[in-house]
Amino acid sequence: MKRSRLFTLVGALLVAAMLLAACPAPAAPAAETAAEPAAEEEAMAEEVIEIEYWQYNFGARVEAMNQLIAQFEEANPNIKVVHNADIPYAEFRDKIAASVPAGVGPDVATLFYGWQSAWIDAGYLVPLPEDAFPPAMVEETFSPMVQASFVEGTLYTLPTAVRALALFYNKDLMEAAGLDPNSPPSTLDELRDQAVACTQRDDEGSLVVEGFVADPSGQDHHWFREVLVRQFGGVPYTDDYTEVLYNDEAGLQAWNYLLAFHTELATGDRDLFDGSTNAFVGGHVCFHVDGSFRLGTIANNNPDMNFGVTELPEHNGIKSTFGSYWTHGLTKKAAEDQARFDAAVKFLQFITSSDAGALWVDIVGELPAQLEAGSNPELLADEKLGAFAAGLEYSYATFFADESQQRQAIIDSFDMVVLTDEDPATALQIAADTDQEVLDEFWSGR
Amino acid sequence: MRLTLPQRQIIWAYLFLSVALVFFVVIRWYPTILAFNVSFRDWNVFEGSGPWVGIENYQEIWQDAGKPRSSVTAAFSNTVRYVLFGVPTQLVLALAIALLLAQIRRFAAVFRVAYFAPYVTSAVAVAFVWNWLYQPETGLINQALDLVGLPTQPFTKSPAQALPSITAVAVWQNLGFAVIIFLAGIQQIPGLYYEAARIDGANSWQLFWRITLPLLNPIIVYLTVLGTISYLRLFALVQNMSPQGTGGPLKSTTTVVLEVYREGFSSYKMGYAGALTVLLFFLILLITIIQLRFLSRRVEY
Repeated sequence: MKRSRLFTLVGALLVAAMLLAACPAPAAPAAETAAEPAAEEEAMAEEVIEIEYWQYNFGARVEAMNQLIAQFEEANPNIKVVHNADIPYAEFRDKIAASVPAGVGPDVATLFYGWQSAWIDAGYLVPLPEDAFPPAMVEETFSPMVQASFVEGTLYTLPTAVRALALFYNKDLMEAAGLDPNSPPSTLDELRDQAVACTQRDDEGSLVVEGFVADPSGQDHHWFREVLVRQFGGVPYTDDYTEVLYNDEAGLQAWNYLLAFHTELATGDRDLFDGSTNAFVGGHVCFHVDGSFRLGTIANNNPDMNFGVTELPEHNGIKSTFGSYWTHGLTKKAAEDQARFDAAVKFLQFITSSDAGALWVDIVGELPAQLEAGSNPELLADEKLGAFAAGLEYSYATFFADESQQRQAIIDSFDMVVLTDEDPATALQIAADTDQEVLDEFWSGR
Repeated sequence: MRLTLPQRQIIWAYLFLSVALVFFVVIRWYPTILAFNVSFRDWNVFEGSGPWVGIENYQEIWQDAGKPRSSVTAAFSNTVRYVLFGVPTQLVLALAIALLLAQIRRFAAVFRVAYFAPYVTSAVAVAFVWNWLYQPETGLINQALDLVGLPTQPFTKSPAQALPSITAVAVWQNLGFAVIIFLAGIQQIPGLYYEAARIDGANSWQLFWRITLPLLNPIIVYLTVLGTISYLRLFALVQNMSPQGTGGPLKSTTTVVLEVYREGFSSYKMGYAGALTVLLFFLILLITIIQLRFLSRRVEY
């Protein structure tokens, strides 16, 4: 008898646990509907329209957006913006993919510009209305890289801020190697020479200080495509990004320049210290190509590091940098309801204004997407941000059909050379073929 | 109508079971059936629907498998290699450890906990710890190799060593479970058999081959089937131990489940991912049936 009561108890607990475990799935839409009656009541009182905004969780961005939303709501008392920034970066896309079909997604969402194609193909983003966002206005007032927001001539998204690549250098390591920390490399040849001079090994030949670490899984795949290839006289793709062109003589020279840091010069090993970025942030690397977003990482993880940032080294008199940006789009959910769509358009106009960009750069460290705010002399003179801001006028944003696959193509070909001794030219051709296949699949589908 | 106590107990049992059943139907079976449906459609992840395209997704997988450096081919061949390396190693090691554990009395509980602990540890935590151990130059294993004058190894950074390195971690993690099951099986064998055999002059090698091993057969079958399924579904370790979770270097560690994840959630090709899932389902089914058919044989004394 005692035993059966115990079983009943355990059984009841199990049932309770299962009910709890089963709950979240149906509960999510339920929570949404529960919120609606309240919103309706308010709407009756003063016609308040509620829109939802989503971005991934990154402290500074959340803070900046909170301030923008507060300003926007003050100027538009009849619009309430619900800010969802609880989703970690790694899960952001999965979460969107899982939530939207269930009808609980955002009206305005922030996405990496390289994801646009996939999101548009999935039918998730709607074009921005031309009366609110005239293409001519975008062309005139936004940084040239924002052209990547036009997909087949239609504008789908707009950013608050943009980023560019620049050269980070560790002043203390340079000084220790007898280099002048006030004249960091300004050409590719200088970068190569200084990287060699800055590299230090211990008695057993193990790397202690890395001059430069070639690591395409960081930003170097962008550096190769949009910067090195152009500097050696080539172009990475046709202007409409339908065809790969970096598999020519200029591309091969650029490819060999990048590979040499790992193979011939051995100025660094990306497997040490967990990748080139962590190695630089940890203070083990002299020179490193990265974006302005890394300033925050360094400030958080190694605030005492004595480093500088300069424009990417030029070659053959050609300057270039890779630009990229997180951009905001309007979703199909917003388009389903005219009042909500109008509110979402207003919100998007507000967060892509020059003022929003100026606020953003102060808090997040990303550069304003609007040229007016980006060419601010104060910003250009900034010791750290100046180099990135200077790059905006000569930056290119690659159009990606599938960013992760196109990036992987470069990583795999790099690995073929350094891990399996593949001939660099053959490896580059393989990268180009793989990349082309991704582009063909994308373009053939339209 | 009055029910008897046993009747009421049965009703209660069904009541509790039905709750569990609802859970399984909603959380397990419905998505499984949905995956079959998705695999025949050009599924749009944002709309939660898509037009019926028949076997187009399967044809695409077949075409992709024929291409050079294909991820699909790598995924299936790696998955098979994980099983071939992992399952036998795991069984042999687990049996050896269980036999040793069955001998000892002192600290037996301590040893059992020590061997079982990895099994209840999160795969992600395990992956991170082993990533540190495997670090080139600075990792513990390489420092130990260096100390005894052996050359350091790249482990997960090399296409040749990455798959065996990850398999080793999977074996280490799953070992505890197999050890405990073997131990239970060994303790079930009546001591009488051994005594009788010894009186007849059998040596300990014969005792093992003629008594222990045959009587453990049901357990070996059980562990082989479960182990095979767990290696066929390998995901978390690879996702966390290969560079950027891509199944590299050079696709040398990717698995079918990892490709399903990448196709579905990074390229949004849900139909393609669904078709891969279905193929994996049938692969698991086929292998399990074959194993049950050929490995099970009753041993009676």
